[in-house]
Amino acid sequence: MAHITIDGQIVPFEAGQTVMEAAMAAGVYIPHLCHHPDFTPHGSCRQCTVTLKNGWNITACTARAAEGQEISNNTEELNLVRKRLTQMLFVEGNHFCPACEKTGNCQLQGVAYHLNMMSNHYPQFYALRDVDATHPDILLDRNRCIFCNLCVRASHAEGKDVFAIAGRGINKHLVVNSESGKLIDSELTADDRAANICPTGALLVRGKAFQAPIGQRLYDHHDIDEITLGGRHGG
Amino acid sequence: MESFIDETLKKYQHQTTPLLMVLRDVQAQYFHIPKQAVELIAKGLEIPRTQIVAVVEFYHFFSFEPRGRYDIFLSDSITDLMLGKKALADYLCAKLQTPLGTVRADGLVSIDNTACTGLCDQGPALLVNGYAIGQLSEQRIDRIVTLIEQNRPVTEWDSDLFEVYDNIQQPGLLLNTKLPRGAALTAAWQRGLTETLDDIKASGLRGRGGAGFTTAMKWASCRATEETERYVVCNADEGEPGTFKDRVLLNSYTHDIFEGMTICAAILGAHKGFVYLRGEYLHLFNKLNAVLEERRAAGLLGDNILGYGWKFDIEIRLGAGSYVCGESSALLESLEGKMGIPRNRPPSSIIKGYLAKPTVLNNVETFVAAAHIAWQGSEWFASCGTEKSKGTKILSICGDCERPGIYEYPFGTSLKEVLKDCGASDVLGVQVGGPSGTFVSTRESDGILTFEELSTGGAFIIFNHSRNIFDIVQNFTHFFAEESCGFCTPCRVGTSLLKKQFDKIHSGHGSAGDIKELQDIAKLIKSTSHCGLGQTAAEPILTTLERYPNLYERQIKQQHSFDPVFDLDGSLAVARKMSGRDDGHAHLTQVEKK
Repeated sequence: MAHITIDGQIVPFEAGQTVMEAAMAAGVYIPHLCHHPDFTPHGSCRQCTVTLKNGWNITACTARAAEGQEISNNTEELNLVRKRLTQMLFVEGNHFCPACEKTGNCQLQGVAYHLNMMSNHYPQFYALRDVDATHPDILLDRNRCIFCNLCVRASHAEGKDVFAIAGRGINKHLVVNSESGKLIDSELTADDRAANICPTGALLVRGKAFQAPIGQRLYDHHDIDEITLGGRHGG
Repeated sequence: MESFIDETLKKYQHQTTPLLMVLRDVQAQYFHIPKQAVELIAKGLEIPRTQIVAVVEFYHFFSFEPRGRYDIFLSDSITDLMLGKKALADYLCAKLQTPLGTVRADGLVSIDNTACTGLCDQGPALLVNGYAIGQLSEQRIDRIVTLIEQNRPVTEWDSDLFEVYDNIQQPGLLLNTKLPRGAALTAAWQRGLTETLDDIKASGLRGRGGAGFTTAMKWASCRATEETERYVVCNADEGEPGTFKDRVLLNSYTHDIFEGMTICAAILGAHKGFVYLRGEYLHLFNKLNAVLEERRAAGLLGDNILGYGWKFDIEIRLGAGSYVCGESSALLESLEGKMGIPRNRPPSSIIKGYLAKPTVLNNVETFVAAAHIAWQGSEWFASCGTEKSKGTKILSICGDCERPGIYEYPFGTSLKEVLKDCGASDVLGVQVGGPSGTFVSTRESDGILTFEELSTGGAFIIFNHSRNIFDIVQNFTHFFAEESCGFCTPCRVGTSLLKKQFDKIHSGHGSAGDIKELQDIAKLIKSTSHCGLGQTAAEPILTTLERYPNLYERQIKQQHSFDPVFDLDGSLAVARKMSGRDDGHAHLTQVEKK
C-alpha cells in the first residue's frame, strides 16, 4: 500500500486521501480547528500546517497524500507556529474562557491546552462584536467566532444556507441569512447540524450548556488529540 | 426600486455570475446598496442574501451606508504620496468641508482613501464616481470642487480632467510593432492551431503577471482536459501598487489583447472569454466594449470567426476595488459573483477554473505577446531576452525619476540601465514588483531583470535619498492589512498585528525585543498564509530588516525594556472629548519615565 511518513512514522494512504485523512486513520493527531471529516476541507485556520522535506509548508487538511512524502508534524518549531496562530485567534476575538459556557468542551481551548499556551502573547484587539440572542433555542455570540466556516458549510449541506462570513480582513464577521439579519428570523433550528457544530462557544444551543459541570468536561481531563482520534468532538 | 432592480437583472440576463456588475449599477444609482435592493436581488437571482451581503462588504466600492452623490476616492499609493497627495488631500477636504473618511452632512460628497489607482506616472490621482482624474493640483482641485458644488453631473465635466496618458517612453519588440487586425488570427489558422501552440511553446513565452508559468504548457494542459466547456480569462486586475502597464495595453493595444485571447480560445476549444477589468479602470470600460463591437462587425469575434467556423466572444466584467482579486483563483471567484477569496489548490484553475470548468487565465501582456508570436513566429520573440526568460518585459516606471512611464526591455537588462534611461539620480533603492516584490538597494543595481533574478509583474518604483524607508514600509504594510481577504488566520490577524507592531517601532515606542517580535510575526505570516498576498505581505519588512538593520535599531529609543502596544492615554481620547476636558489630570502616563 502507498504510504507517507509523518515524523518518521509510516502512514499508509488510499488514493485521493488528504494527509489529514491518512494521519487520522493511522492515529496520528495533527492539530486543527476548521477541519471536520464530514465537510469539504477549508484550509483557513492553518493549524494543520505541516512541513515537507523540501521545507515547504502545506495544510494537511487540503493537501493530498502523495507516495513517499516525508512530513514533519509534531515538532517544536511547528507547534510554536500553531501556538502563535492560536494566540492570534485569542486576541482577535474576545475569548474569556472562565466565563464561557463552552469552557472545557471548546476545541479552541483544547488546542490551546494541547499547545501549552500560557498567555495571549499578542496585544488584544478588543473587537466590538455583536451578540444575537433573539433565537429562543440558539445563542450566537460573535465574540467567540474564529471563522472556521463549519456552520456555513453545515448549513449549506442542510440546504438552508443560514450563515455566511462577510467582510474583509480583520473586519470579517458571521452574518445570518434573514431579512433582519437576526437568528430568530432565519430557518435555523436547534437540531440543525449547523447549530451544533461550532468548535467554540460562538453558537450554542440553549439549555445544554451546563449539562456537564465545569471540571467534568471533555478537555478538562483529556488532551484534544485523544478526543479527536477517538472520534469525539467538543460540544 | 423594484423596476430598477428588475431592469438591471434583465440587463445581465438574470445570471448570478455578474453580481458585481449588478451591484455596481445599484451603487451608482442609489450611492449605496439599499437593504431592499439586497432582498430584491436575492429573490430575483435566487441566491442567499448572505452572498450579496458578503460581496457588498468585501469590495471597497460597495457600501451599505449612503455615500455622497459625488463619491471621491483618493489614491493612497506610495507614488501618490511622493507626488504630494497628502497636502492636496487636505486641500480638497478643506475646500469641500468634508474630512477624509466622511460623508458631508448634505449628502453631496464623500471622501475616502483607496489603494493605488494605476495612475502612478501621472498622480496624485483620485476617482470620482469611479472615474479617474490624475495630475491633481490645487488648480484642478478648484475646478473639481466648483463642479461638485454646482451639482454638475460627472458626465458633463470637461474631458481634459479625465485625460489619462499612455506615456510610452521606450517601446520595444511588442510596443513598436503594429499588429494588423486579424493578422495573428489568420496566421494561426493558416499555420494550424496545434502548430501555433508549438510556436508559442518554442518562443519560451512565460506568464507576464510575475509568476512566470510557461504559457504554452498552461494552454496545452487546459486543452488536454476532458471537459468540453472551457474558458479564457484575461487578468486585467492590475492592482499591484506601482503597476500601470496593462492600463496602457488596454487603452492602446486593445485589439492585440483580444486577438491573443481569441487565438487562445481557438487552441483550447473555448467559446467564451472574459476580461476581468479592475474597477479603478472604469474609464476604459466603454472603450473596450466599443472595440469588441468593432471586432464582431469585422468578423473577428462571433459565430464564425474569419470564416473558419470558430465561435468565440468576450465579455468585460468589472471588479469593485479589491487587490486580492489579482490572484488568479480569487479573480475567478469574483468573476462568479462572489467574494475574492483565493481557492485551495489543487485543483488548479487549468482543471477547475471559472464555474469549475477548465480555464486559462493569463495576464494582459501575455495575451498581447501571444498574438504577436502567432503572427511573427517564435524566432522573432525568442531572439530577445535570456536563455530562461525570453522576449521583453514591459515596465511601469514611476517614483523619483525624470521620465516616468512605460518602458519595454529585453529580459536580461540591468537595473542600472533602466535607472539611467528614465533619468533617475541619487537613487536610494527600487521597489521591483510593487509592495509584494523586492526592495533593491543601489548596492545591488548590477541585478538584471529576469524571472529568476528580479521578477516583476511590471512595477518599478524608484526612491531617491530624500525618501524615508520607514514611510515606504509603513505604506506597504498598511496596504496589505487593508487588502487581506481575511480567509486565513495568519494573514487576517497577522497583517494587522504586523501593522501595529511596525507602527509602534516607527512612532518611537519600540523597546528591546520589539524588532525580534516584528520579525517573528513577519516570518509566521510568510510561512503559513494561504495565498500569495499573505506570503508576500511581510516582504517590505523582511527585506528592509535584512538590508537596513541599523535603521530599525535606531528607532528603538526607549530606555525601558518594555512598552505595551496598548496606548492607555490614547484610549482616553474619547472620554476627554465627551467630558470636554484636556487638563493634566485627564491624561495618564503609561510607563514611569526614568
